[in-house]
Amino acid sequence: MSTEADLKRAAVAATGADLDIAALSAAVGRRAAAADILDLAYAEVDSPLGTLLAVRTPVGLVHLGYPNRSREAQLERLAARVSPRIIEAPAELDEVRRELDEYFAGRRRHFEVALDWQLTGGFVRAVLERTAAIPFGQTRTYGEIAAAAGSPRAFRAAGSALGANPIPIVVPCHRVLRSGGALGGYGGGLDVKRELLELEGVL
Amino acid sequence: MAERSTATPFQTLIDAHAGAVHAFLRGILPASDVDDVLQETMLAALRAYPGFDGSHPRAWLLTIARRKAIDEHRARARRPDPLAAPEQVAAAGDADGSDPELWGRVAALPPKQRAAVVLRFALDLRYREVGEALGCSEAAARRSVHEAVRALRAAAATETTEEVRR
Repeated sequence: MSTEADLKRAAVAATGADLDIAALSAAVGRRAAAADILDLAYAEVDSPLGTLLAVRTPVGLVHLGYPNRSREAQLERLAARVSPRIIEAPAELDEVRRELDEYFAGRRRHFEVALDWQLTGGFVRAVLERTAAIPFGQTRTYGEIAAAAGSPRAFRAAGSALGANPIPIVVPCHRVLRSGGALGGYGGGLDVKRELLELEGVL
Repeated sequence: MAERSTATPFQTLIDAHAGAVHAFLRGILPASDVDDVLQETMLAALRAYPGFDGSHPRAWLLTIARRKAIDEHRARARRPDPLAAPEQVAAAGDADGSDPELWGRVAALPPKQRAAVVLRFALDLRYREVGEALGCSEAAARRSVHEAVRALRAAAATETTEEVRR
């Protein structure tokens, strides 16, 4: 009696149980947010482009990741740059999800969610703030955005700044094109840029 | 912005180790307390996470879980509830040939031995990690488990003798 094998069998039988990790994370995320110790909450958001990774701080939306990026790599980068206190807490992203759903359904022309700009600074920030002001269905050139951000000749730097946009779609860098009307570049891939411009009736 | 000591998102620890912490708590607490103490454990860990050095995350989480289980036990002792059922460990099914009576005797062990038995046999941890989780040396962890096994054998032998006498 009571050999270690018996004990092991009894221990596994007594303690083994399915654990719903998503439900646990959601509950911990909710309580952590209420206690002000949740620095980053994230959720996957389904969209016609694929699954987007939406991440927010207590200030606002800080990162929106395209489907073509690795979720783990994005979260590790945010852990290093913002805080490792990250939990998958979809309820914290409800507002973001609703606005994105409405946008993709053609029922929303501009976003109202609060943004957290902490991953941007300097010229990048200036370019992205000007970009955020381009209305739905309109476009600007890289040169126009560079000029609006205070450096008319820095259109190439404006291009890199847009490529570093941590909150694409909501900060509509897809609305910035080359001066001849060519699409230029896009971090999420040119197909995504084309799809967004089609959605907005530009193409 | 300063890079932190760890760049592992906390969610990664939940994904990797919540199952082990859950099993540990099921082994040392009444079933009705497990979910809440599991949440308390993860909240306390999240709070402390920026200062965590990143080594041995499972043992770190188990240490916090044990502390939270002890807190819960003390809180329960302070507010005796006349309606509360006597402490029940999660029932072990015997469909798999395991012995529910044996697990009942584990529940009667001193708390540290019981915790050591759960870590060693339910989670299959090495003694080094059992020691880390219990805040004692590897040798002390090994001793706790051996004492527990000896006590369980003695209890089983007594019961068998009594059955024979009847």
